[in-house]
Amino acid sequence: MTAKTHFTEIEGRSPGYLALLAGLAVLIGLGLLAAVLKGTHGHYITGMNNQVVWGLPHIFAIFLIVAASGALNAASFSSVFGRVAYKPLARLSGLLAMTLLIGGLVILVLDLGRPDRLIVAMTHYNFKSIFAWNILLYTGFLAVVAVYLWFMMERRMNSYVPVAGYVAFLWRLILTTGTGSIFGFLVAREAYDAAILAPMFIAMSFSLGMAVFILVVMATFAGTERPLGDLILRRMKNLLGIFVAGVLYFVLAYHLTNLYATRLHGIEAFVLLNGGIYTFLFWFVQIGLGSILPLVLLFHPVWSRARRVIAAAAGLVIAGGLAQLYVIVIGGQAYPLDLFPGYDMSSSFFDGVVATYTPSLPELMLGLGGTAFAFLLLAVVMKFLRILPTSLADDKVDPQVSSTPSTAQSAPAGA
Amino acid sequence: MSTENSANVSRRQFITGAATAVAGLTVAPGVFLLKTAGAANGADPATRWGLLIDTSKCADGCTACVRACHEENGVRSLGRPKTDAQWIRKVNLTERETGHQHSLPVMCQHCEKPPCVDVCPTKASFIRPDGIVLVNKHTCIGCRYCMMACPYKARSFIHEPLTDQKPHSPRGKGTVESCTLCVHKVDRGEGTTACVEACNKDGHRAMVFGDLNDPSSEIAQRLKQEGSTAVRADLRLNPAVRYQGI
Repeated sequence: MTAKTHFTEIEGRSPGYLALLAGLAVLIGLGLLAAVLKGTHGHYITGMNNQVVWGLPHIFAIFLIVAASGALNAASFSSVFGRVAYKPLARLSGLLAMTLLIGGLVILVLDLGRPDRLIVAMTHYNFKSIFAWNILLYTGFLAVVAVYLWFMMERRMNSYVPVAGYVAFLWRLILTTGTGSIFGFLVAREAYDAAILAPMFIAMSFSLGMAVFILVVMATFAGTERPLGDLILRRMKNLLGIFVAGVLYFVLAYHLTNLYATRLHGIEAFVLLNGGIYTFLFWFVQIGLGSILPLVLLFHPVWSRARRVIAAAAGLVIAGGLAQLYVIVIGGQAYPLDLFPGYDMSSSFFDGVVATYTPSLPELMLGLGGTAFAFLLLAVVMKFLRILPTSLADDKVDPQVSSTPSTAQSAPAGA
Repeated sequence: MSTENSANVSRRQFITGAATAVAGLTVAPGVFLLKTAGAANGADPATRWGLLIDTSKCADGCTACVRACHEENGVRSLGRPKTDAQWIRKVNLTERETGHQHSLPVMCQHCEKPPCVDVCPTKASFIRPDGIVLVNKHTCIGCRYCMMACPYKARSFIHEPLTDQKPHSPRGKGTVESCTLCVHKVDRGEGTTACVEACNKDGHRAMVFGDLNDPSSEIAQRLKQEGSTAVRADLRLNPAVRYQGI
């Protein structure tokens, strides 16, 4: 066992904390304003149209939902895989998973054409719809993780933590399978209709959730001036690197499979060669900045010792993930439906042409507002509940290292 | 149950019986009312309404069917092509190998196994017993997943507030809509649609409406004798709109 971990609320009176809350509140206000504007004037004030029906809000929402599942990594490593080093971070991991999911759902709901009919979505289920299944998976995830958190924080219930941890881990795998299947089940569009999207989304959840979690841990420990040793960071950054490589593997398998099928050469050429912004986002942001560069940074024997480098790598992974979702969600819709194979099509309804989509300010406001809501919830709950450990210094993470003279000295990366 | 035992029905039996009765009373009106409503609307499960479009008779540049549909259903352009609804559109085709050109109307294909109905989370997208695929405007939440799923790009989302809708064609901001196969005309027993009427009136006679299940109907006989093509037949959705001359 590790040394006894103490958890305390954060003080929540510092100017920095209050400024953070104020900043998040402003973003949330802008998000609500965007929702009101859209409710009044309709979706024509956004960049979305009858060709690209899902836009920037969906990128934010899917990112948050996928990252929510991955934010639970630390808790799962502790409860399911017995990695005691992660135990002090399990509470933060569970809480972040819940708030990210709530933020993503708020965006999705406020982007509906009729958000006032949320009750309809809760009472009329089509069990053949993966969307309806996702509604149950999302609400179920919140309930399961809430119970899991309670078991962790209530001493009488501590013995049930492993059971709850298993349930939450299985649930998150199913949840992200559901998210990927929103696209995987779409037979109509060539970019989708692929079973590999489900495991690809699971891999993305591991990497994106880990990236967000690393940044949240670094920010909260720095902001509350609690010691954070290199040991736990080094473990997390190594895992992040493995997850990024895992996503790359699925991306490679997806495109290689498509490239083998002649009927899919059009969509592949669109994404990989001549798709303009989508090709740029794929190669430069998703692959270059979001995958290759972080891998170099995370596994470089010298660079990876610096915290700034780890933070930068996590940030790049997040940027890469957003680009990947943009290519999948927007690019997949922008590429025209092939109703008549072998024919060139044209019409007043934009048949046969690459659809244009320019994200609008209200969409960005809604996306950022939902994201801010997730972090506001996190910040507020940490003030009232004992989420954060008082210290993650190396001797708290692994008592054996307390014999080494300095915790500030980093062992080589990959250790 | 024998008569001598009926006096001492156990509590459990009583509760079970009462619960069954209450459940029955709750569910039955819905079931029977739905049936009546369906019958009153003429949604006869023995029929399957469909269209046959002979593209060799469909004139290039003619948009009579499009104008008639949008007039009939109150679909107006708001001057924003990317967000304006289109229930039916003329698509121009050019064969890549030969350069052969022709045009044809495309609208909701009223699939037997519609992907829009499969994916709709609230069952707002539904198929009537007579095969007409519709959107329930009371339960559509505007998620647009059906638009992602439709292989024919048949659906439009209402991007801004509407006024002066036609009573027989309910439409509203924030919901999805598409060709109803002029369900109001079908249910009135008119046996035709606005697009077919317009095409006939112009003398092209490129479109035939009718009951695919009635072997004596013109549409069924022509499909049997002349053959036809389903758009995206590879998806096996069995659309009720069939084409000739593609």
